Amino acid sequence: MLDKRMSAADAVAQIKDGMTIGIGGWGPRRKPMGLVRELLRSDVKDLTVVAYGGADVGMLCAAGKVKKLIFAFVSLDAIPLEPWFRKARQAGEIEVLELDEGMFQWGLKAAALGLPFLPTRVGLGTDLAELGGLKTVQSPYDDGETLIAMPALKLDVALIHANRSDWRGNVHLFGPDTYYDDWFAKAAAKTFVSCEELVDRMEDHYPGEAHANIFERCFVSGVVHMPYGAHPSSMPPSYGWDMKAFKAYAAAAKDPGDWAAVADRFVGSSEEAYLESIGGKEAVAALPLPIF
Amino acid sequence: MSEVTLTELCIFACSEAFRNNGEIVATGVGPVPRLGASLAKLTHTPELMMTDGEAYLVEQPVPIGPRGYDDRKPAGYLPFSRFFDSAVWTGRRHAMVTPTQLDRFGQINLSYMGGTYQQPKTQMLGVRGFPGNTIYHTNSFFFPAHSPRVFVEGEVDMISGVGYNPAKRVAGGNYSGVDLRVIVTNLCVMDFGGKDNAIRVVSLHPGVTFEEVEEATGFPLEKGDLVETPMPTAEALEIIAQLDPHNIRASVIKDNPPAKRTA
Repeated sequence: MLDKRMSAADAVAQIKDGMTIGIGGWGPRRKPMGLVRELLRSDVKDLTVVAYGGADVGMLCAAGKVKKLIFAFVSLDAIPLEPWFRKARQAGEIEVLELDEGMFQWGLKAAALGLPFLPTRVGLGTDLAELGGLKTVQSPYDDGETLIAMPALKLDVALIHANRSDWRGNVHLFGPDTYYDDWFAKAAAKTFVSCEELVDRMEDHYPGEAHANIFERCFVSGVVHMPYGAHPSSMPPSYGWDMKAFKAYAAAAKDPGDWAAVADRFVGSSEEAYLESIGGKEAVAALPLPIF
Repeated sequence: MSEVTLTELCIFACSEAFRNNGEIVATGVGPVPRLGASLAKLTHTPELMMTDGEAYLVEQPVPIGPRGYDDRKPAGYLPFSRFFDSAVWTGRRHAMVTPTQLDRFGQINLSYMGGTYQQPKTQMLGVRGFPGNTIYHTNSFFFPAHSPRVFVEGEVDMISGVGYNPAKRVAGGNYSGVDLRVIVTNLCVMDFGGKDNAIRVVSLHPGVTFEEVEEATGFPLEKGDLVETPMPTAEALEIIAQLDPHNIRASVIKDNPPAKRTA
């Protein structure tokens, strides 16, 4: 179907128990939090989550949605240690595959290209291979080099937040860095994109900005119009991350320390209710971009 | 002029690690390494490349601390989306970082302490880019509090970065990119120039003894020439002050002591 518009609930309805879900963005940046919140409102469980983690990972761990986590870090940057993720880890609640940041994107690329693995030196000399069960391969050429075979990180579903899209899934992603969102999309059987701005025909609105179409629409299964859908993460150039919200979220991990007691505050009964509770769309729009 | 601080001496020592590194990306993570890399670029090694901490390459190092968003002047572009193929996996980088632990082999840990992979006692950041950084490009380290908790006896709890441990080297693996360069702490400067890359003290900060460094280290250290770590020049101090207008550096080392100890 060429018209890929759908609600967040429709997108999340396609995520089943036990699936492997990739989440785009990086730490506290460009996270499809609106879709993650919708996932948190659902009954889906036993997920394998693949992410350069931020509060998306922390919340899904806290809510008991995660069976296994594939990660290189989980961090909110200014709050370096993601508190809900730490709680889940220190309680031994989740299985993990810990990877180097570069290996991680290499695994997405292997999946995108339909390869079983891609070779790399990364991981040699560390505990990653042994702990994660990663195997080595030997170069068949004269050099005979031993390399780690980074397995493909095949995703059932990828969730990505884009700056804009049209109803056919022609997306535009811009801002200083789009991280590995394109590879998440290509590594997944289905990719659902939430977007800040939805237009009818991209070519009628932004014909001069097609270079922002960092992955093609054949990789997009669904488009969800979700302005401010990255909150509390940042979505440059529209808005920065919400440090106050991150601090409250981190504080709640200590007191009361029970996700069930605070889930309503950080997830809400609906996206409208959530945005209302944090001061409305104007409040998100006013969040300054972070300075590095 | 106010007294030179120990942190400023450390920044000056960090900048030396980047001297004559060539046209590579110098990354300093944390105030002291970042100020050190910036100082190197502005003085003895202008060919260094540097990011603004986000996605752009700058020729004018970005000051640390709060300021207007638009005062960064990008000259180039190096987002995370091409960081591995451009900088890390081509070996064109020297990173200076602060892991949680470092052992006698130069193996580092940023992942977890105690417990197991399945259930760590203390979960930290995760290995981040350390495995790739350490097998491909130069790395140096800064520690504001030299202690046996950092420089551990035995090996680090989770080996997140490659060191010179022969037992961890798989046959046929290519370790030619491993290059651990310098360790700057609040007590001394060390390198990996000892026997079989053993860690060696090369300079002591004013008033510090080798015995004091040994006492604060969980493993045996080799003795280098043991010169006194040089004081920063007036030019360096001026540049440091410009790059850190809010004096964030004052909070890096406990009690912000002077570079020269007072009795």
